[in-house]
Order: sequence, then C-alpha cells, then structure tokens
Amino acid sequence: MKPFKLSTLVVLAVVIISGPAFAQFDLGGHWSRRANQDDMESGPGPDPVDYLGLPLNDEGRARGLSFQYSAVSLPEHQCGYLPPFYIVLGPFGLAIDRVLDPVTARLVAWKIGGWVDRDVTTIWMDGRPHPGANAPHASGGFTTGVWEGDTLTTYTTHIKAGMIRRNGAPLSDQATMTMHFTRHGDLLTARAMLEDPVHLSEPYVRSRVWQLDSDANFGNGLAAPCEPINELPRAEAGDVFPHYLPGTNPFVNELTQYYNLPQEAVLGGAQTMYPEFRKKLAGYQPPAICKRYCGCGGLGVACITDGSGVPQGGR
Amino acid sequence: MLRIFVVQESMRMQSALAVLSLVMTWPAGIEAQGRGDPVQQRGAAATATPRVAAPIDLTGYWVSVVTQDWRWRMVTPAKGDYESIPITLEAKKVGDGWDPAKDEAAGEPCKAYGAPAIMAVPTRLHITWQDDNTMKVETDAGTQTRLLHFGDWKPQDGPASWQGESVAEWERGRAGRGAAPRGGSLKVVTTNVRPGYLRKNGVPYSGSAMLTEYWDLGSEPNSDQWITITSVVDDLKYLRVPYVTALQFKKEVDGAKWDPTPCSAR
Repeated sequence: MKPFKLSTLVVLAVVIISGPAFAQFDLGGHWSRRANQDDMESGPGPDPVDYLGLPLNDEGRARGLSFQYSAVSLPEHQCGYLPPFYIVLGPFGLAIDRVLDPVTARLVAWKIGGWVDRDVTTIWMDGRPHPGANAPHASGGFTTGVWEGDTLTTYTTHIKAGMIRRNGAPLSDQATMTMHFTRHGDLLTARAMLEDPVHLSEPYVRSRVWQLDSDANFGNGLAAPCEPINELPRAEAGDVFPHYLPGTNPFVNELTQYYNLPQEAVLGGAQTMYPEFRKKLAGYQPPAICKRYCGCGGLGVACITDGSGVPQGGR
Repeated sequence: MLRIFVVQESMRMQSALAVLSLVMTWPAGIEAQGRGDPVQQRGAAATATPRVAAPIDLTGYWVSVVTQDWRWRMVTPAKGDYESIPITLEAKKVGDGWDPAKDEAAGEPCKAYGAPAIMAVPTRLHITWQDDNTMKVETDAGTQTRLLHFGDWKPQDGPASWQGESVAEWERGRAGRGAAPRGGSLKVVTTNVRPGYLRKNGVPYSGSAMLTEYWDLGSEPNSDQWITITSVVDDLKYLRVPYVTALQFKKEVDGAKWDPTPCSAR
C-alpha cells in the first residue's frame, strides 16, 4: 500500500474540519414568491409618482420627478437591469444554485439566477474581499455572505445606478445593500436594507417571503439575450433624452385623484414610513369603492369597480 | 537502505497522524474552554425557564417601518380592495358588505386589531416578560396586548378573543461541529381568535383562523436592530391559500414615542 504523505494528511484534516462551523441551511432550489404584499407594485408596477413609504431625500425626489418612462426606450437603456434590491421587489421567484469548488467540494458561492430585468447575483462565501472603490460596477453588484447562526447575512457593493421602484424612484451607484435570509420549514424570508447616501435620507428596508417549490419552472435562471433597437424615432437624432423639467411632471397629482391621498404622502420621505405620520392623515376618507387593481383576478370573478353592483374588470 | 527508508516513512507517518489528531480535536477544545461544553449548555437551556433560556432578546420598544403595502396599512383602503390577499368568494361577499358604522354601533371597533392583523397595523410594540413563561407584546395602536405562553401551557379553550391564545417556543439555531447553538427564532401559534378583519376595509378572517409566526432578530451595519416576523394565516373559510407576509420592526432606544390610541373602525 502506498504510504500517505504528510502534506496529504494535513490537507485532508483541513478539509474535514473546515466544514460548516455553525448552523447553516440549504439555500439552493426554486423558491416561488408569495404574492401577498404589494402585488400591484411587483406585478403590473407602481403608479408613476408613488413614493409612499420611500425615504427619499430632496435630491432623490427631484430626480424621481424628472423621470419619464420613455427613457427606458433609449437604446442605451433598453438592456439595463434593475439593481439587486429588485430581489425583494420584483414579481419573480428565486432560482438559487450552489457553486462548489471543483477540488474540495466546499461551498464557494450561492448564485441567485437572473431574469429579464435583473442580473445574476452571486453571493461569495469564501471570504474574498470586496473590490476597491475604483473597481467597475456591475448590474448584479458584488456580494459577500456570512452565516450568523441560522441566518445568512449578505452585503452588496458596486451596484449600478438604477431604480428602487419601477417608476423612476432613483438609486445611486454609491448604494450598498445588506440582506438577511432565514428559513422556516419551506418558507424563506429575506429582509433587505438599502443605504444610499445620494438619494435616501434613511435606510430603505423591505422584507419578502418565498416558498420552496420543486415544481417551479424558472428556466435556466439567466437573463434572455437583449438586443437594443431604435424605438423612438425622435431619439434617433441623438439629442433627445425623455424627461420632465422641474414642476412639469403631469402625474404628480394622479395618486391623489385615485386614492384621496395628500401630496405630502405621495411624494414620500422618511417621515411617511412611521406610524406617527398617520396623524397627518387624520380625517382621511378613502374612495367609496375600489376602482382599480382590486385583487379579484385570483377569484376567477371580476371586481365591482363603479358602485353599480355589476362586475367590471379582471383585476 | 530500504530499512532506513521504511523507518523514516514510519516516523513521518506518526508525525502526520499526531498533527491530524491535534488539528481535528483543536476546535472542540477551544470551544470547550471559551464557551463551555455545548452538551452541558444544551442541557442547561433545557432546564432553564424560557425567559432565561431565550436565545434572542426581543424585549424593548419597537416601531413598525411601513415600506410595504403602504396604501393598505397607513390608511383605510376603499371598500372592495382585496389586492394581495388570497380571499375566497365567501370572503368577498363579506368584504363587499363592510360597513364601519355598523361595527361602531355594535361596539366592535377592534375587528381589524386581532392577532392575525395587528402586527401589520402601523404601531409601536412594547415587549416585556410578564413572568418566566409568558412574553407580553403590547401595541400602542388599538392598545392591544398579546400574551405568548411558553412551556407546557395549553390553550384554555375559553371564549374567543381578539388576540386569541398563543403558544410560543424557541427554535434554536442548529449547532455546528463542536459548537453550541447560536441564535434562534421565536415560533408562535395563535388560535381561538374572535372573527375579525385582516384589513381595515373588512377583509374577513374567521374564528377558525390559525396564525403561525416566526420572529427573527437581526442587526444591521449601522447597529440598528430589527425584528422580522414571517406571518402565516390559515383560514379555510376565507382564504384560498395561506396568507403569508413578512413584517418588520426597528428597535427604539426608549418609549418616548409610545402613544396608546384606541381602536378605530375607520
């Protein structure tokens, strides 16, 4: 029998003891989103100027109000991705794969598959440092993860500027994101905290729940190829960037008209996130009846939206 | 020559095995010195009261941070707005007939403050231990009190109440090799609730609804502490599938902003 070499045994020992030092769970698999929170925002999308509960600062609000949807039709924006924060915002489930070292079989990373509008997020678990301040930023950012007991805590830097709500509410490339993943049975919960010194006055925190779903078909978890074309004849000249000048956004009163909400709430700000803001809403009167996005679609019946007692439409 | 080689190889092998033995036993030894024997710790946790054995400290003042479902939580939504809730047709009929004036007249303004709904109401929480086996969760919105019973406590099957009867247990983090469990969660199952509303606009839950919650505690880089509650409401009568949400609370330094207010049906 060929004798072991010292180096072989030491390597073997290190491999054996360097397994999970603390509690961990398997993040891998297909996780379907539980659509029981903000289903309208995740699916069809938010109303144009809906900054409710967003801790925007003045700069962020001004930039958001300048946003015109046609901007995403420009060739240079058509294939852009939403930032990794979209993991807890978007309508999709998660396809998570483990990345193993081919030699040691140790976990190197978790890979959260991308979609048509969100890039792949790789959570590096091997202790590598974040890139330097001048390193290029990527659509998926750069993410590292550590286990804290039964919680996987991740930290993301080097993201690209984008939106934190699909209505132009902005996010700068200086933003960082911390996420905490916990698992209870077949439920996976993530709380994400976004900090942006440019556009937010306080951290923006959102939580989401997914359910393990072995029947889900999320494809290969990779974004589809995107080929930009000219969609706006006016933009072909190259001197047009769709936007609204200050004070000219035509949608600024839309949410007030739909839901009787005061503009102070609609335009967001950190104060709108806390219970005491309800004092400013004293005397609020909701519309007499729901007229849009009423949540009847899943019932297989139409909603009654005009007070007539006659169902009008699907959602 | 061959003999010399065999002896040398044997010595190297012994050295290697010694190194292997040392390396493999080292982490457990360090754990035992630094944090106590994990087996003993687990045993101690099993005999300690739930208050003493708590793997996470949830006590203190906490505030809802409403960044989700704002239009359905911060204000009363319009009649007939069921967005995001997997209601049944029977629930829709009840919701379509919602009349807050009728609830007020019946002396039931707290129907939207029951256990299946209260943690989604914008509120502050004051969490304390009532005794070694009972955690008390008070809300300033609606001035409600939830009692979370640990240990061998069994539901009393008395009259249904807004906050129902809650059985709580700690779920400890799984232990790694040679280490004591780290962290954990609070699991709470609530039954025997008085029929009420999941939302202020009359989306109903029945008396047979069951609420299962998982409370997790986490810290952020800026030192903020947060509770995340994964909430699952099962109700065969009014929900097609369980209603699953995640709710978040940020820790406050004290109760300076504690502001008890009565229930409101509107």
